[in-house]
Amino acid sequence: MIAAESAAGTTVGPVGAALVVLLVLVGSFFLVVGTVGLFRLPNVYNRLHATTKATTLGVSGIALAAWVYFGPAGQGLKALVTILFLFLTAPTGSHMISRAAQRMGVEFEEGVTWPSRTGAETERAGENE
Amino acid sequence: MSSPLVDLLPLFLSGALALAAAATLAVGYRVITGPTTPDRVVALDVIGTNVVAIALLYAMASAQGFFLDVSIVLAIIGFISTVTVARYVTEGDIIE
Repeated sequence: MIAAESAAGTTVGPVGAALVVLLVLVGSFFLVVGTVGLFRLPNVYNRLHATTKATTLGVSGIALAAWVYFGPAGQGLKALVTILFLFLTAPTGSHMISRAAQRMGVEFEEGVTWPSRTGAETERAGENE
Repeated sequence: MSSPLVDLLPLFLSGALALAAAATLAVGYRVITGPTTPDRVVALDVIGTNVVAIALLYAMASAQGFFLDVSIVLAIIGFISTVTVARYVTEGDIIE
């Protein structure tokens, strides 16, 4: 069904097809790595570490494949805009989630402390007011 | 246009689409049984990112470029929803 539509659509040469296959393989690998990390890691902060990097890289690989597929100008530029937007917003969103988790009182993993001890205490003091 | 790799490209893209969809479904487990609320927010964020990937893959598999617009809008909505839920969890209110 999908193949029939594609025959009349955008043309991509053999080199472009090989590049698309390679980039989609890399992107799918990172998506799976992010999913496995979301399941296997023990804590909210560790899961954020897995998902916010690996999943963003995976989507970026697939978006690069779309850029190759749809041509460097015109439609393909939207894929590049998607990469730029993801790279801007993924750290912001994950920072806000981890901040919310820490304010909610979700514990760190055992033996892990806030980077500076005094910073941890001022944080607790500000929280108790 | 008669290269075997070009002919097999839609099939390969459909396989990648199925893989991404399976990963997205698996993340739903973490949404349901996440121990804390931030776990669920993280899992929903991952679902949003995966749906962006699915839109991009479908744009390539069906050779229709306007699905790239869908992926951009989904990325924007995912970011806004993540920030909104994180702020609601922290402050107890979205707009003061």
